[in-house]
Amino acid sequence: MSAHSLEVRGLVKDFRLRNGLKLSTLRAVNDVSFTLVPGRTLALVGESGSGKSTIARIIAKLEIPTSGEVLLDGETTRFRGDHSAYRRQVQMVFQDPFASLNPFHSIAHHIARPLHIHHPELKPAEVRDRTVALLERVSLGATYLQRRPHELSGGQRQRVAIARALAPGARFIIADEPVSMLDVSIRVGVLNLLAELQRDEGLGVLYITHDLATARHFSDEIMVMYRGDIVERGPADDVILNPQHDYTQRLREAAADPDRLGQLRDEVRAELAKER
Amino acid sequence: MTSDHSPGAKADRFAGVRYLMPTWSAKLGVGLVLVVLIVAFGLVGPVFAVDPRDSSYKGLQPPSSEHLLGTTKLGYDVFAQLATGTRESLYVGLVGGLVAMFLAIVFGIIAGYFGGWLDDILMLATNIMLVIPGLPLVMVIAAYVQNTEGLGDFARSATLVAMILGVTGWAGSAVVLRAQARSLRTREYVYASRVAGEKGLRIIFVEILPNLVPLIAAQLIFGVMAAVLGEAGLSYLGLGPTNSITLGTMLNDAQTGQAVGSHAWWWFVPPGVMIALLGTGLALVNFAIDEIVNPKLRLAPKAARQQRKAMKAGKGVAGGGAYA
Repeated sequence: MSAHSLEVRGLVKDFRLRNGLKLSTLRAVNDVSFTLVPGRTLALVGESGSGKSTIARIIAKLEIPTSGEVLLDGETTRFRGDHSAYRRQVQMVFQDPFASLNPFHSIAHHIARPLHIHHPELKPAEVRDRTVALLERVSLGATYLQRRPHELSGGQRQRVAIARALAPGARFIIADEPVSMLDVSIRVGVLNLLAELQRDEGLGVLYITHDLATARHFSDEIMVMYRGDIVERGPADDVILNPQHDYTQRLREAAADPDRLGQLRDEVRAELAKER
Repeated sequence: MTSDHSPGAKADRFAGVRYLMPTWSAKLGVGLVLVVLIVAFGLVGPVFAVDPRDSSYKGLQPPSSEHLLGTTKLGYDVFAQLATGTRESLYVGLVGGLVAMFLAIVFGIIAGYFGGWLDDILMLATNIMLVIPGLPLVMVIAAYVQNTEGLGDFARSATLVAMILGVTGWAGSAVVLRAQARSLRTREYVYASRVAGEKGLRIIFVEILPNLVPLIAAQLIFGVMAAVLGEAGLSYLGLGPTNSITLGTMLNDAQTGQAVGSHAWWWFVPPGVMIALLGTGLALVNFAIDEIVNPKLRLAPKAARQQRKAMKAGKGVAGGGAYA
């Protein structure tokens, strides 16, 4: 891939497990390749332990892959040493907004620090203005500057986390289950914010989730991951409406469907009746 | 940061500090009062007392208006010695505690944060320090250093004894700090700050360390307590600082002067009680700080109290209550 893309090529990650003296390896990610382009959202769907978050952590340079590479704008990137140039372009939103903000520091600190690190030429007043602008961008105001994370709700915290990811001026955002820890009622708000930002700034987003419904609603393309392998990929509607792989079908059936409301309950009752 | 944008900013400026403060409780109150009184006595007492090294008084006098706590066998004023001894013991405690805290931070937090082979090496050193019996090691080092040529007056000074106590007393704190640093290292906010571009040492000092302040304070107080008691033990054995007066050297004098045999209770009771009260005060403050680190310590007794109250009031509490 040429300019303006974040590409993952042949990513493999093995974890060594030690059980007493026995060593075994667990292949968490098996030969995964995909490309993120600005202005498009790619969803990575899979159950817990399927390797989704490992991919996110490798792209965020928090984990070193066993093999494979991450290419930014067609150029391969290193996994050791200084990542500042890379991190200016690629940022991550973490899953748990209750854990991803430091309880000791103010909201201003969380957003001003990346600004300061990636734009050292900014004067303190400019950093402050940009911090306020970023907070307003995520529908929070300057009144939140001096608040602490524990004073904010989950949705507000996740907005702060999104503002922090935007602060360096990133073109690619890895969103690792950004709404799975939030109440159902505020999920849509946060997702719509992400979609709006993506449209306005032309961000390339990797949306990691276990929820097929939001993946379809939110993304252009879906990849389904099962035990480290990508088992299916394609345009969002195709994957959801016409699943080819067994696992995708099961995933789809497991999703709550208004048409089947009460069906499960009836099945359980029938089972119980049989046992008696 | 100037905050003309936010109306509530001023009131919230100290929120980060407040988050680290212990909540007010009887434990904390009593502990603080004890510690503050003893520190004040150590600071101010020697100013008002007579010269503690003046042995011109009549020996073994019981307490009187002239000598508030009587005199020793050799004619020293016990009150003056107690005031100076408290000051010196506090000094030894503070220096020893700070040295121990510094080493515990270096060994514990660096080992915990960086992990890998650095962790293995630092923890090997810590574990060795941990299993060596404390007082015998201190005795050996003290005896060795004090007989080293060329140290002059420093060889038997309170500062040196404090440093020896600090150098031998950090291992326990280092283990505690390492465990906590290891846990904090895998918090998402530490990962998030790495993704934001923060570098190693800044992550330790700005992102991790503030969240460890209560724990470090608790370890410092524990270190001060251990150094005060360690100094008393060393001095009682005759290995303490010879050219200063501490609570330990007073007890040593009382023992060699057969204070118990001659029923001179005013000679050995005051330093003993002072050590006990100081230890109690520091321990109580330590418990209060522990409650910030581990809120369960505060919430469980509170829940138990509420359940007892509810049962007394005749309200049903299921299963006799989970706590009471």
